[in-house]
Parts: sequence; structure tokens; C-alpha cells
Amino acid sequence: MILARIVGTVVATRKDPRLVSNKLLVARPMDPHGKAEGNYLVAVDTVDAGVGETVLIVSGSSARMAAGMKDCPVDAAVVGIIDTIEVAAGD
Amino acid sequence: MQLARVIGDVVATRKDGNLGAIPLLVLQPIAADGSDTGRTLVAVDSVGAGIGETVFFVRGKEASFPFYPTEVPADAGIVGIVDHWDLG
Repeated sequence: MILARIVGTVVATRKDPRLVSNKLLVARPMDPHGKAEGNYLVAVDTVDAGVGETVLIVSGSSARMAAGMKDCPVDAAVVGIIDTIEVAAGD
Repeated sequence: MQLARVIGDVVATRKDGNLGAIPLLVLQPIAADGSDTGRTLVAVDSVGAGIGETVFFVRGKEASFPFYPTEVPADAGIVGIVDHWDLG
């Protein structure tokens, strides 16, 4: 999984029927220190996350194991809202 | 599988129900010489690893297999703690 910060939302009227009524978020991956890294991605939200929050995103086929995502055409899902990140000194 | 160093942990109160109380650890993948390589990631832990330990982990859907039959939404999972490794 990766850490990311939610930076926006996506609205799509025409989309796969299995995506209807799912919230889509724009996320910016980050390292454990909060520094942005890598490319923006769109992830389906399963935990009611909002803009500005730090979240945990699961990618690939595992995203379909998130709650309510069975057989949905998704490859990234927000599965947790991060409270704290602790990193060892020196890392 | 890939070698990594456990460099931290993550706490999330609001999360997918199937993640339950499974520990979430921050990993830094390492090369055979022990140097850092690639981006950090968060992995579920089924072997009781801790910060500072060297571990190996699986990527992809297989990360949820240690928790079978629960379908844990994870794409990286620690499956072993490394005691030592030798390069022939």
C-alpha cells in the first residue's frame, strides 16, 4: 500500500455502471515524512475520506477486496485514514 | 518476494473493516548489499515484525493470503523476518 494525501475529487457522469455511487478522489502519493512523490492517481473511496487527509491506498487487483468493490473495475482504493505515522530516527 | 527494512509504523482508526487490528508497517526496500532502493511503502504484517528489522514481503493480492479466508485489502505483506542472508 502507499501513503497519499487527498488533493481533490473527480466527478464523472458517464462511467462504468459498477462505479455508480462511488466517490472518486485525486490523490498525491507521499513518503512517510509527508514529501510528495510520484504521479497523481484517482482512487475510489471506501472510508469516506476528504480533501487534505492523509490516507492509505491499496493498488492493483487487491483494490477489489476493499469493502463493496467486488468485481468493480478499479485498481486503486482508499482503505484507511491515517492518524499518525511514526518513522525510526535516521530514516 | 523482496527484502526490506522496517522503518516505521502507521496508525489508522478509520479503515476498511477487514484490516481490523492488523499491524501496518512502513517498509524501505533494500538491495542485496543492504542499501536502500526504491520507494517506501506500507505493508500488512502477519509475522510480528518490528521497527529496525529486516524482512521479506510479497506484493500483490498474495499479501492477503496469510489472513485467509478474510479478504484483507492489501497489496504488500510481510511474510518473514530475515535472520541473515549470504551472497554466494
